[in-house]
Amino acid sequence: MKIRTLIVVTLLLVLALSAMGPARAQDVELRILWYNDGIEGQIMRDMLDRYQEANPGVSVVLDEVAFADIHNILQTAVEGGDAPDIARITQIPRFRDYYLDITPYVADPAYWENSFSPFAQASMRKGPDDTGIYGLLNQFTVSAPYINVTLFEQAGVEPLGEGATWEEWVAAAEEVQSVTGVPYAVAIDRSAHRLAGPMISMGAVFFNEDGSMTIDNEGFRAAVNMLIDWHERGITPPDVWVGSGDQYVAARDYFVNGELVMYMAGSWLINGLVNDIGDTFDWAAVPNPTGPGGSTGMPGGAGMVALAGTDHPEEVGKLMDWLAQPEQMTEWFARTLFLPSHLALVESGVEWTGNDPANPPDPKAVAALDVFTTEIGKLAEEAYRLQYSPLIDAFNINARDRIGQVLAGELTLDEAIARIQEAVDEAFAALQQ
Amino acid sequence: MSTEAKAPPSNILTMARDTFLYELDYLLHPLQKLKGFNRFRYMVILPFLTVYHMAYLLILGLLSIMDLILSPIQRALGTTRMAYFFILPNMLVFGIFVLLPMVLNFYIGFTSGQSIRVENRDWVGTQNLERLMDCENFTDPNTCREDFFWNGVRNTVFFVSIQVASMVILALFTAISLNGKILFRGFFRSVFFYPVLLSPVVVALIWKWMLDAESGIINYFLVQLGFDRVNFLIDRNWARFWVIVVSDWAQMGFYTLILLAGLQSIPASLYEAAEMDGANAVSKFRYVTLPLLVPTMTVVLVLALIRAVQVFDQVFVLTGGGPGTATFYIVQYIYRNGFGITPAQYGLASAASLLLASVLLLLTLGQLWLARRNDTV
Repeated sequence: MKIRTLIVVTLLLVLALSAMGPARAQDVELRILWYNDGIEGQIMRDMLDRYQEANPGVSVVLDEVAFADIHNILQTAVEGGDAPDIARITQIPRFRDYYLDITPYVADPAYWENSFSPFAQASMRKGPDDTGIYGLLNQFTVSAPYINVTLFEQAGVEPLGEGATWEEWVAAAEEVQSVTGVPYAVAIDRSAHRLAGPMISMGAVFFNEDGSMTIDNEGFRAAVNMLIDWHERGITPPDVWVGSGDQYVAARDYFVNGELVMYMAGSWLINGLVNDIGDTFDWAAVPNPTGPGGSTGMPGGAGMVALAGTDHPEEVGKLMDWLAQPEQMTEWFARTLFLPSHLALVESGVEWTGNDPANPPDPKAVAALDVFTTEIGKLAEEAYRLQYSPLIDAFNINARDRIGQVLAGELTLDEAIARIQEAVDEAFAALQQ
Repeated sequence: MSTEAKAPPSNILTMARDTFLYELDYLLHPLQKLKGFNRFRYMVILPFLTVYHMAYLLILGLLSIMDLILSPIQRALGTTRMAYFFILPNMLVFGIFVLLPMVLNFYIGFTSGQSIRVENRDWVGTQNLERLMDCENFTDPNTCREDFFWNGVRNTVFFVSIQVASMVILALFTAISLNGKILFRGFFRSVFFYPVLLSPVVVALIWKWMLDAESGIINYFLVQLGFDRVNFLIDRNWARFWVIVVSDWAQMGFYTLILLAGLQSIPASLYEAAEMDGANAVSKFRYVTLPLLVPTMTVVLVLALIRAVQVFDQVFVLTGGGPGTATFYIVQYIYRNGFGITPAQYGLASAASLLLASVLLLLTLGQLWLARRNDTV
């Protein structure tokens, strides 16, 4: 009888302990909806593992999905009441009704306010009176041109530097094209975001005091006329803007294949260019050309946002706060080779280490990263205003497709401007309701 | 032999067993005069019978369980209504994946907003349809509020007219050729049908490579023949032309096969009679082939029309709808508004799909009417 009692008690204890063990280790499970551009998921995982070690009882899971699907998945999840705790997204203003204010859970809200772009913070907020902290912009991008340095050398043309205008750059690129015989002098991705940098540099001011937009301005017309001129003179690949219907198209392949002298894209391409071009030719990022509106590209990037549907707001806030601290930010940008969004790091610069200490980053990539980091400081306020405006999607889609129609000969520039204006007005009116 | 008449089988299983034994005896029939045949027969049959009885018991058990479940249901519903019970699983799948989305689509067509949840969408009545129809001059899409939609309509009408006509004519002449006594007839029948088996995306990618201005094989031959390179997918007219050619190439085999079947159903005696009356090849085609092929042609024409109105995937990969909106069709408009732009315009996309569905419904009703008319003629 005693033995039987002993066995039963022992079994019950074993069962109870085995049930309690994992429960303690996974008291709180945070899920992050995540996509990968490259190897940043692996780096984030390393950092999260360290966070978990320092915070027993919290586990963090990265739910990886394809970038193309992530916004639709998040839309379905938040509307279905099944939102993840955190999500890494690029369309930050789109989901701002669903964000969690983590201000009560961060150690020093003033640190957040002073360390990140006010425009990026504003893009997550519900209005001008909202002072909440909703997410961490941890992948900054800037648009700026790349040039094929080898072609410039072969043509004996000196690449231009800071202060050169678009006209001067295109003239230099055409000279290189004519000497080397490559098919195209200059190209710009089929994207209004890419074209917005030149527009603002050429003097475009889009926003009115009430937050509405006026499309018909000198800078907009000048940039579109420049693009029309490139097409008429056959110095840009027509497939990109004319032959692509209503889709985004990058001119990247022309540059990678050595068929293009100058290519207006952005910092997100650096790793891809290192891998795909290799030692085939030398390339470099160059400062954005100058105009009456300055010398600006367009900001962009991705951020991690906290979602209000979480059951663990405090743990979410603490994790976000930990990720936002200077040590983690420095490691994150140095290893991922993403441009810094942390203002102190923009000022001090980042020592780019890459993810593998045995393989330091390519010198061309490091040089390009330094150029793009400098470009962050030159970004015009209008560029930030446009990028983080709730009207950005209406502008981007409509400007891209209407300009495409102008280049295909279906619309005049005036008709295109009227159509874009109609679309942004409609989006603005919807926001007012 | 155990082939003598037996009591009528009590059910389908005993009927199957008796059939099996009958077949076995028939097989062993040549051996029956041999010595020891009965013992041999027993040895052969025994394992089969064992397996049979095991299977019999298993099936019987399953049937009993089914009976246990279904009998009360049948008693409750009655024999006639049991049919509905049996089609219920299929109807559930159809209801969830076809009917419900159709109903939701219909509802969303009368709402606005960014939410994908119907309860969070605002009812706006016919506003989306009115917006689609808001046009000063329907022949000039630039005067319409939703100019992309009307560009799509205009392009679709153009595409359907030319593509269906050209494809049916090509399919007819291909079918006539393949119906004749030509060398490697089987091979050619396969060759013409082969593109039908390819995914539209694959078809589009193959042709995109072939039409490439720099590295495409078509431009290679043009240059070899002394012509200039043509950037086919940048020029509006060339793009429209190639979209039709590629669609014809990809789909023609299917319709050729249907027409071939129609041609083969025409009795040879009619052609012999026509020859005896002195008809030449053209007269035979005009007065024998064409009239007797009308029912098949009707089916082909309507099927091709329905498919052409839905043109999207192949063209989307080949041209993206460009240059400009030269190859932008109605389905691409629906896709663009539902999934291609941010913020999505689900209401407009649904309203446009309702209009497209109406056109398809009319075409389908037309097909049914023609099919019935042909049956009664």
